[in-house]
Amino acid sequence: MNRAGSSAHFNLLARVLHWTMALAILAMLFVGVGMVASLSLRPTLVSLHRPLGIAILLLAAVRLANRLRHPPPALPADLPAIQKAAATASHILLYALMFAMPLVGWAMVSAGGYPVTMPGGFSLPAIAPHDPTVYAVLRTAHTWLALLLFAVVLMHLAAALYHAWIRRDGVFASMARGAGRHRSDIRS
Amino acid sequence: MLDSDPAAIPASRRRATLAWLAIALIVAAVALAFAWVGGWLGSSRLTSQRFTNAIETANGQVWRGFRRAHAKGVCVAGYFEGNGQGTALSSARLLAPVRTPFVGRLSIGGGSPYGLDARARVRSMALKLDSDDGQQWRMAMNSFPFFGVSSVEAFYEQTRANTPDPATGKPDPARQAAFAKAHPEFARFADWAAHAPWSTSWANTTFNGVDTFRFVNRAGNVRNVRWSMQPQTPFAGMTPEQREQADADYLAEDLAARLAKGELRWDMVVTLAQADDPVNPSQSWPEDRPRVTVGTVVVESSSAQATGACRDINYDPLVLPTGVEASDDPILAARSAVYSVSFNRREHDIASGEAGAATGHAATPESDR
Ligand code: HEM
Ligand code: HEM
Ligand code: HEM
Repeated sequence: MNRAGSSAHFNLLARVLHWTMALAILAMLFVGVGMVASLSLRPTLVSLHRPLGIAILLLAAVRLANRLRHPPPALPADLPAIQKAAATASHILLYALMFAMPLVGWAMVSAGGYPVTMPGGFSLPAIAPHDPTVYAVLRTAHTWLALLLFAVVLMHLAAALYHAWIRRDGVFASMARGAGRHRSDIRS
Repeated sequence: MLDSDPAAIPASRRRATLAWLAIALIVAAVALAFAWVGGWLGSSRLTSQRFTNAIETANGQVWRGFRRAHAKGVCVAGYFEGNGQGTALSSARLLAPVRTPFVGRLSIGGGSPYGLDARARVRSMALKLDSDDGQQWRMAMNSFPFFGVSSVEAFYEQTRANTPDPATGKPDPARQAAFAKAHPEFARFADWAAHAPWSTSWANTTFNGVDTFRFVNRAGNVRNVRWSMQPQTPFAGMTPEQREQADADYLAEDLAARLAKGELRWDMVVTLAQADDPVNPSQSWPEDRPRVTVGTVVVESSSAQATGACRDINYDPLVLPTGVEASDDPILAARSAVYSVSFNRREHDIASGEAGAATGHAATPESDR
């Protein structure tokens, strides 16, 4: 039941990127809310948060390019249409947020008049004007988009485990493992 | 083919129930951990937001669009001229014999933008310096020579002890006494506040970095340092009578009058720590520590903060160039955290149009209440 030409698992690059970025993005969310509250850890965490966020932006570009060249395996044919739609919609949203979060972060730091400091003493150029209104809008967006991302990641996590433990349909394995059996094989 | 075995159905149903339970638990655990890290669970942990709330409460009201501390001040502009003496200590470009332009701010301590200049015990200088190598150094310095308390929690307690009692409009003396008793190190600060001479101007005030930083030179040698901006304008003291008669805004008026006649200068003097000198800003270093004059701050002009370039700047003392790093000074990290919250709040005030006085669009603060 797979798309012609695509195998039943994500290619190695997709899998490596998925799991590295999953870890990095979850870390960014925790680091983010932790650093704006902490009276002691902020300096260390901010200097991790900025470059890691920019790294995620670069990796997201590689990941999208890889995905366009290597279409992912089709979802199991017997998956209800509503679940397929939810999967597709959430993946699109996750991709959008993987680009939006770092771009909004970078623009927000620019609009606040801060240098966008990276390790090694160099700074990225400002990508938004230093302006209180632009800053306030982007600062609010960074928080709400982060909360949206966190909510979608939680649902995504629940869905992945549902496939792994309840449906046991090979969807989890398609991201977890390399060359495996076809999803339809596992299912039957 | 277990699924089609009738005897196994209850077992598989049990397994599915367990799996659902496990999924729910995992998701709930991750969500709870997130909320805990964000400080949204319980109200006991002291966070940057709660600290800023306490400052706003101590201010008696929220002055929309203004800094939640050091609310009253003026923007200044000028340049820093390094003399090269600091280059052996730190690789920061600022210390080379070059001119580095800055946008600065001179202010008084206190949360009200209408505080009386002659009553403000603490005066301050903040600088945002942009080097020609693209790096930035922000500083925020005060006229006190050391910080009053040794921990962030103690400063929080101090802030709360200074909060006006709604009944009297004044801080509760009993609460202040209890604070002083619980924090004996504060006596030294109280003594400074009571006895240090008052100078007549921002121009003849010394501004101290107070916190401890690390200088790293080209060879990678690290040294703990503190610095001060020492005025070239000679000290002149103010008597209590003069302070009584001084205009509410006399500091800004005096500054403008002096700048009309010429630029104002401060020498940047760096003090070098010895191995065991404390990083905590409440503890002074022995007088015999080596001092190096590394350059001069030159203020050329001033402008009102409502429309000046310093308004939308957060003088976060941890925006530092290569060659300068934070030390383990706990106050420094807390400042960076609280300034950010204060900055966010005042920029939101401005963006939402609630800051007429702070932006020069309304003459009186009443319209912001
Ligand atoms: C937290 C643990 C995570 C688990 C267990 C997990 C699991 C999975 C699984 C099993 C798939 C395959 C779904 C399919 O075949 O359609 C998948 C796909 C995907 N995951 Fe995750 N994921 C996790 C975290 C994340 C995070 C944090 C993100 C990004 C914000 C993310 C983004 C994606 C995207 C966009 C896809 C679609 C495939 C692609 O084009 O890359 N995942 N995930
Ligand atoms: C995947 C990318 C990113 C994620 C998931 C993320 C997430 C977060 C979160 C959850 C917060 C806390 C928000 C709050 O509680 O109000 C935060 C704050 C922050 N983020 Fe990001 N962020 C990302 C990228 C970036 C980038 C690329 C930058 C800058 C270059 C950046 C700069 C900041 C800063 C400076 C703050 C603190 C702002 C403040 O204290 O006012 N972020 N981020
Ligand atoms: C934990 C201790 C401290 C707290 C919570 C604190 C809090 C604040 C806050 C909320 C602001 C307003 C920031 C803004 O909106 O931009 C501020 C400004 C300022 N603080 Fe502190 N402060 C602390 C310690 C110090 C120390 C030790 C110094 C001196 C060395 C200092 C010097 C200044 C100066 C100069 C400004 C004004 C900066 C400007 O002109 O924008 N503060 N402080």
